[in-house]
Amino acid sequence: MSATRVDPPRETAREQSAPSSTARAARYLMVVRELGVLAVLLLLILITYATNSRFLSEQSVRDLLLGAAILVILAVGQTLVIVTRNVDLSVGSLVGLIAFGTGKLLLEYPGAPIIVAILAGMLAGAFFGALNGALVALAKVPALVITLGTLYIYRSIDHLWASGQQINAADMPAGFLDFGRSAGILGIPWLAWIALIVVAVATFYMRSYRSGRELYAIGSDPDAARLSGIPSGRRVFGVFAINGALAGLAGVLYAARYGTLDATVGTGLELEVVAAAVIGGVAIFGGSGTVYGAALGALLLTTIDSALPVLRVDAFWQQAFVGALILAAIGFDRLLSVRLARRMKSRRTHVV
Amino acid sequence: MTSDSPGESGTAPLLTLTEVHKTFGAVRALRGVDLALYSGEAHALVGENGAGKSTLVKILAGAHRPDDGDMSLDGKPLALSGPADARDAGIAVIYQEPTLFPDLSVAENIFMGRQPQRRLRRIDGQAMHRQCADLFDRLGVSLDPHRPARGLSIADQQLVEIAKALSFDARILIMDEPTAALSGVEVERLFAVVRSLCDAGSAVLFVSHRLDEVFELCKRVTVLRDGAWVSTDPTADLTPDQVIRRMVGREVSAMYPKQDATIGDPVLEVRDLARLGAFEDISFSVRSGEIVALAGLVGAGRSEVARAIFGVDRYDRGSVLVNGKRLSAGRPAAAMKAGLALVPEDRRQQGLVMELSVERNANLTHRWALSRFGWLSRRTERASARQWTDLLRVKTSTVTAPVSTLSGGNQQKTVLAKWLATEPQVLIVDEPTRGIDVGTKAEVHRLLSELAGRGVAVLMVSSELPEVLGMADRVLVMHEGRLTGEIDRSEADEESVMFAATGRQEAAS
Repeated sequence: MSATRVDPPRETAREQSAPSSTARAARYLMVVRELGVLAVLLLLILITYATNSRFLSEQSVRDLLLGAAILVILAVGQTLVIVTRNVDLSVGSLVGLIAFGTGKLLLEYPGAPIIVAILAGMLAGAFFGALNGALVALAKVPALVITLGTLYIYRSIDHLWASGQQINAADMPAGFLDFGRSAGILGIPWLAWIALIVVAVATFYMRSYRSGRELYAIGSDPDAARLSGIPSGRRVFGVFAINGALAGLAGVLYAARYGTLDATVGTGLELEVVAAAVIGGVAIFGGSGTVYGAALGALLLTTIDSALPVLRVDAFWQQAFVGALILAAIGFDRLLSVRLARRMKSRRTHVV
Repeated sequence: MTSDSPGESGTAPLLTLTEVHKTFGAVRALRGVDLALYSGEAHALVGENGAGKSTLVKILAGAHRPDDGDMSLDGKPLALSGPADARDAGIAVIYQEPTLFPDLSVAENIFMGRQPQRRLRRIDGQAMHRQCADLFDRLGVSLDPHRPARGLSIADQQLVEIAKALSFDARILIMDEPTAALSGVEVERLFAVVRSLCDAGSAVLFVSHRLDEVFELCKRVTVLRDGAWVSTDPTADLTPDQVIRRMVGREVSAMYPKQDATIGDPVLEVRDLARLGAFEDISFSVRSGEIVALAGLVGAGRSEVARAIFGVDRYDRGSVLVNGKRLSAGRPAAAMKAGLALVPEDRRQQGLVMELSVERNANLTHRWALSRFGWLSRRTERASARQWTDLLRVKTSTVTAPVSTLSGGNQQKTVLAKWLATEPQVLIVDEPTRGIDVGTKAEVHRLLSELAGRGVAVLMVSSELPEVLGMADRVLVMHEGRLTGEIDRSEADEESVMFAATGRQEAAS
């Protein structure tokens, strides 16, 4: 027994050097996740550009950014929700409802400043989001079920309100439509600027604020979060309200971008949003993932939509391509986590 | 290993509980418990499963609120309305299964909700990691603050929890079965940390059922039984036997009415069974009329072996023979046909269909034998269920009541009834008395013993040492997926089993 006793200083030295390398590996693998999406995105752009150089013309880049902006904003909100191990499926209906409401508002008051329309849309969105949050927090039913219910309810409110009528772009104030299409500073469309600001603010919040970190904690282990005194109910409620507000913002921007609005606007958008987040590395069971990863995922999805026709890929194959991408993303996540786990495990056996 | 006296006489207790009561539905979990913790002492809290230890811990953690009774800290009344309150009061709880956030870094786990801040209330990451490294230095731990908590061993997770307690200057540290999953070296390291915390003036409440550790570490010991306070004494004035008698409240032997049975030929033989990452080199046999206990610590792989034998889980290598005939792997139906029965560990999830009636549950395993041309008559079903529930004395208002309305003990008896109705030759029971009251426990033991008397080969997986020692003709001990001991009834005692279970000694068979 005494012969096999471990010499303490030596063991300490060994322990100290190895974990820091595993920690570095862990951080590296996490960054790799977002870099992977970026690499696929750049590759797709490069191949499409090589096939048809007009793909990167000023006009088509602007169209791409305009299309991506709305999805990016929704993906940011959805990421906040998914990180807490919840999901909000009602965002598609919410975008439709708020977009139609914005159209109605501007028909009524054509002179209203754009900022008023945006604030009104976000406020209404926050209200519906808060309704989701309250139901999730109170009913103790999975958010998947609750928001599946509100998906249909919000959509039917939209239908009742529109009652078959359609708002035409021609009737909308020109200034508003111009805002939805024109370029702002540095030639980048205003919508893209707004999306960029949303991503930046959300990234900063999720990384550097206590309540932002608590969202990860809640999703990582809900029971542990409760035992550490994190106000989980309040946080989850807040996240749904913020997501609602962002869906409202997206609804207003949708109205500005397209102008022509009816009760079917945003149908099925929620699945595209969840897909963007998953492709961007947000774990569907919460606890990990970044806002900018989800934003990259949204950008990738939009780019696929406009790149595949250029590559003369049959529209028939587009959805299959997106599906394959989702499976590849999940497979990649799995591979990373298995590799990480193996590294961590091999360390542990050394210690004992 | 008595520590030097810090002179607690004269000083006021840091934390006191007086006449604390807590009821959950019909269960009176705590019935007037008193406890006083002094600064600088390690205080043990012991009791059988279900004695109320965990409830008391949860109350101190702020997770439950007492129905009645007073708590005070530093002589001032203490009311905890949530875990955050407990933390603010300087109480830290370390659970048996630490509650860390696997996706977050070790440093974030420690400072969650209390991260050091910079301008604009932003989290100061550098300061956080520096403070974390300082805490680890104080504890003499070499963990990297940046690494994620996922993949940390249980021992390291506990050290992270202790660092968390240090970070908010907890004066009261509550440890709920902290050593259950630790190896010998890790236990020593934990104890060294606890001793230094006590020297620094903290009070530690050490909840454990390992009496040797209680006597090694703690200065005083409080015994709970059936939710009530029994005694508080200096450990120096007691022997482990006295503590056990107080925990049980009766002579140990009376609880385990093991009858002698004629032991026949091997019925169940297991040869070189292995599954990657779970267990390996498992070989043993169980003879008719014999009760063999499979002991070991939580996570040693005992349930996995039981499930593999019955065919619920697959195995990679080896074979299982019943009466000399090889059993095909991974097929519970084949195992049942060969005369095997498995009463699983988690009866709520694996043993019973909670919404169905008692009779339906009792007949689940042999509904085909009861039916004629696939038609199950109400009358035969009821008669059969009666027969077994009467034999086992299942207490239920009617046999048509849903199983979910029964008490834990009666649920367990219903599971037993379900399997006994198949008239098995080999009965595998996994934790047969977990979470059931003492009276029912004795009945389950009587039943197992009777079955053995009738020639059934019984393999009993159990974490309760007294049960293992009282019931088993032979004790097999597992440690980290391997058999580390085979001990005959005559030689089995707490020490020999615990030694093998912690892998400290490779016992020869």
